[in-house]
Amino acid sequence: MSGDFKLEKNGNANGKIFNGLNGHQPDLDKKAFQENFEPTPLHAAILTYLGYAIITVFGFIRDLMRKYHIEKLHAATEDPEMKDFVPLYASFESFYTRNMYNRIQDVFNRPVCSVPGATIDIVERKFSNSGWTSEYTGKVLKNVINLGSYNYLGFAENEGTCTEAAIVTAKKYGAGVCSSRQEIGNQDIHMKLEQTMADYLDVEACIIFGMGYATNSTNIPCLVDKSCLILSDGLNHASLVLGCRLSGATIRVFKHNDMEDLERKLSDGVVYGQPRTHRPWKKILIIVEGVYSMEGSIVNLPGVLALKKKYKAYLYLDEAHSIGALGDHGRGVTEYFGIHASEVDIMMGTFTKSFGAAGGYIAGNRALVEHLRAHSHSACYATSMSPPVCQQILTSLSIISGTEEGRNRIKQLAKNSKTFRQGLKKIGYIVYGNDDSPVVPTMIYLPCKIGAYGREMLQRGFAVVVVGFPATPIVESRVRFCMSAALTDEQIEKALKAAEDVARVLKLDYSADKSLSC
Amino acid sequence: MEMDKPWIVAEAIQSALQAPFYHFILEGLLVIWILRLIFSKSYKIHQKETLTKKEKEELVGSWQPEPLVPPLEKTLAKTRPYRLVSGQVGKNIVVDGYKCKNFASMNFLGLVGNKRVEEKIEKCIRTYGVGTCGPRGFYGTFDVHLELEERIAKFIGAEEALIYSYGFATIASAIPAYAKRGDIIFVDEAVCFAIQKGLQASRSKIVYFKHNDMNDLEDKLIEQEKIDKKNPKKAAVIRKFMVVEGIYMNTGQICDLPKLVEFKFKYKVRLFVEESLSFGVLGDHGRGVTEHFNIPVSKLDLVVACMEYSLASVGGFCCGRHYVVGHQRLSGMGYVFSASLPSLLARAAIEGLNISEENPDIFAQLRQKAAFLQDLLKGIKGIELVGYPESPCFHLRRLHPVTPEKDLKFLHDVVNKCMKNGICITVASRLKEEFLSEWPASIRIAVSVEMSEEDLDEAARVIRHAVEEACNKCKGS
Repeated sequence: MSGDFKLEKNGNANGKIFNGLNGHQPDLDKKAFQENFEPTPLHAAILTYLGYAIITVFGFIRDLMRKYHIEKLHAATEDPEMKDFVPLYASFESFYTRNMYNRIQDVFNRPVCSVPGATIDIVERKFSNSGWTSEYTGKVLKNVINLGSYNYLGFAENEGTCTEAAIVTAKKYGAGVCSSRQEIGNQDIHMKLEQTMADYLDVEACIIFGMGYATNSTNIPCLVDKSCLILSDGLNHASLVLGCRLSGATIRVFKHNDMEDLERKLSDGVVYGQPRTHRPWKKILIIVEGVYSMEGSIVNLPGVLALKKKYKAYLYLDEAHSIGALGDHGRGVTEYFGIHASEVDIMMGTFTKSFGAAGGYIAGNRALVEHLRAHSHSACYATSMSPPVCQQILTSLSIISGTEEGRNRIKQLAKNSKTFRQGLKKIGYIVYGNDDSPVVPTMIYLPCKIGAYGREMLQRGFAVVVVGFPATPIVESRVRFCMSAALTDEQIEKALKAAEDVARVLKLDYSADKSLSC
Repeated sequence: MEMDKPWIVAEAIQSALQAPFYHFILEGLLVIWILRLIFSKSYKIHQKETLTKKEKEELVGSWQPEPLVPPLEKTLAKTRPYRLVSGQVGKNIVVDGYKCKNFASMNFLGLVGNKRVEEKIEKCIRTYGVGTCGPRGFYGTFDVHLELEERIAKFIGAEEALIYSYGFATIASAIPAYAKRGDIIFVDEAVCFAIQKGLQASRSKIVYFKHNDMNDLEDKLIEQEKIDKKNPKKAAVIRKFMVVEGIYMNTGQICDLPKLVEFKFKYKVRLFVEESLSFGVLGDHGRGVTEHFNIPVSKLDLVVACMEYSLASVGGFCCGRHYVVGHQRLSGMGYVFSASLPSLLARAAIEGLNISEENPDIFAQLRQKAAFLQDLLKGIKGIELVGYPESPCFHLRRLHPVTPEKDLKFLHDVVNKCMKNGICITVASRLKEEFLSEWPASIRIAVSVEMSEEDLDEAARVIRHAVEEACNKCKGS
């Protein structure tokens, strides 16, 4: 699978990399890199803008009514003792929250009271006064099929080997560690996990951290500084953006997965150097993600690697959603493309999604990992990972990498993703992203349908994630289905039936070409 | 008057024809010069000169970046390897093979290894699994989190509390949620690194005041007031904040909360207090620095703490009034964009709170033991003790500093010697990037309420012996 895939030969003469592999297929039965972003239909765009305009107008009216006490103000207000202080929030800042988000609050923050596996128990809430006040009805909606949690390989379980091992470790080590890695928080279980993870990824070394978000925000500043250039994909996660900002480096954003734009910016970076002084940059770091969770797209890794080699940049790959979920052995986007992990300078990932735990890691060659051990903000000041969580990762890793069960889970996930995606396309949804990604975003566009979709699916017994502004562009609200290896074929069937039903009710079959599946 | 127009034109043509020949030449030259100036590119010093493709390729080919990280040998030579703890970090730990009493982990209430907590964790894992598989907005909100938030709010006496999944990220996300570019934050210079990252992320103007020096703070506030008076319109939109810690991680000192609350109302500056080391330590019921000084929590704008020390769990919380805390549910970056706290850790924290509420004298005992140990260590020659007398977390610094490297080596010698003799202490880890990186190196000692008087006596004895040996070695060398 790896090693004999040469990027330098085969078609880089004209600089265009078509289909990600330029026709060179390492595995003949592997599909070509195919991503789909059907453009917004005109009528949907117009209706979306119109919808937002109407909501905004009503928002202004309601705000006025609240200001003149015609309507009761339910929101919390500042302490009367502090009325002379400068207001904490600009009144327009929370306009969106007050007038749009509040009305559909019942589809967000749904409280859960069971393991987030294939089915989930949701605590029912009732909202009144346009979403301002809420109360628990006392009922629990049991066995709602879970299409929203990040449970790609189905390790969110409360029984089985992982659970038993985690309990044993909790009894042996306790919950917390109360100290940082550099002081007295480095336990044998952490070292074991780091070694296991490094072996799994086939790299020299690995270092783990207690939180995935903090992994990015506390380590990127250790690798680059003020006189470095960062080229960041337009759709990078907030933690990557924060890490880049905290480092002080110059950040240039390139269009999502657009290799030509990236090449242009790389070339400009190397040729013209730093702004104004034109001194050369010390380092150039390209930051991309393996799978983008809002788009469902997979990074064009061969393309990025080719550019990286040509311009001598370094590559930081955030595999939060792709580790465990892509590749025949779950090794992530590098295995998916048949590239060896050592080609990527910095491999970062999180344990939250595919391993059913929490935390993050950075893997690479030993010089990198030792440097991070000494200089990472998290290793020096933040506490280390909790031991039962480490054990969960160790057990799930041993299942994924060594056993038949692990291979079955990976196969089931790939099958589920494919079936579900094709099913949605047949119904007529516009589905974004790559056919192989376990994240399946479908477009809703209209703001009123965001809340409606969440509610309709819950009525039919499905928990879905609907996202609007500001996580997505304002007119591209979507439903994001997360596939799981724990979902059985029947559950996927039922989900597709429900999706079809809701599409009919809410008129969500925007896709121009209903035969997009092959 | 239309009649005049054709007449004026005719007159103009006639006068032109009558002009001498050199006029034409001069004016022709002027016109040509003007046209040239219009159409030629103006000279700019910083103009990007377009390079040819070949030149660009040459530049690309010849550019050599710095290596991503320093070479392995260099990194290994400059740093010490991690110490390996085999097993639990409870009262007794095994570090690098040595059996020691643990005076390094900040396990103040001794909750690591508590059987009740472990039972509850087991039940929790059998109900919820380990991970929560999602952020709070998308099916990552468990009833355990909601229960923990309610309990913390009740325990401290605030209206609402919010849980983060990592202690470091708590204060680093809370500050930028409120303070934006253009705002002003008055910060004590000894604040911990997480706060510094929060300040950096907020992009506000930072004004440092001398550590725990209320007069210096007042001077700076008065200065800002003067600037505000000059430009009241601008001042009406600039928010001002003060960020302090209850007990400072870097020095072990306690902040002067009554004075700070007085400043808050006098100068209209909002007050954020970071209580990681004072939550579960100060106050009759362990509510923190507000209970210690008998100030209602509602007088503070935000109380932030991490549950990784007293509650021996993982994560952090922010609490305060609904108006202030509710904002973070949509704009706290570490809250919205990160997976929620694993439920077993939330359950461990709740059980920690239960245990604290059932034995409220545990806090007074902890402070008493801390004061006892501090007394014993005060008299040791060669080191100075820094910290609030009742704080279970305090620092030992070299009394007569030589150079930073030599002092660090001295402290490491002391630590190693103590470890060989069965007492585990640690040098406080710091990075060069921290503000005031030239802050003197120190050993941070953490007292746990589980320690008996004999343990404290033994610790003092071993540390005294180690310091004496290290001092003699220095004198000898």
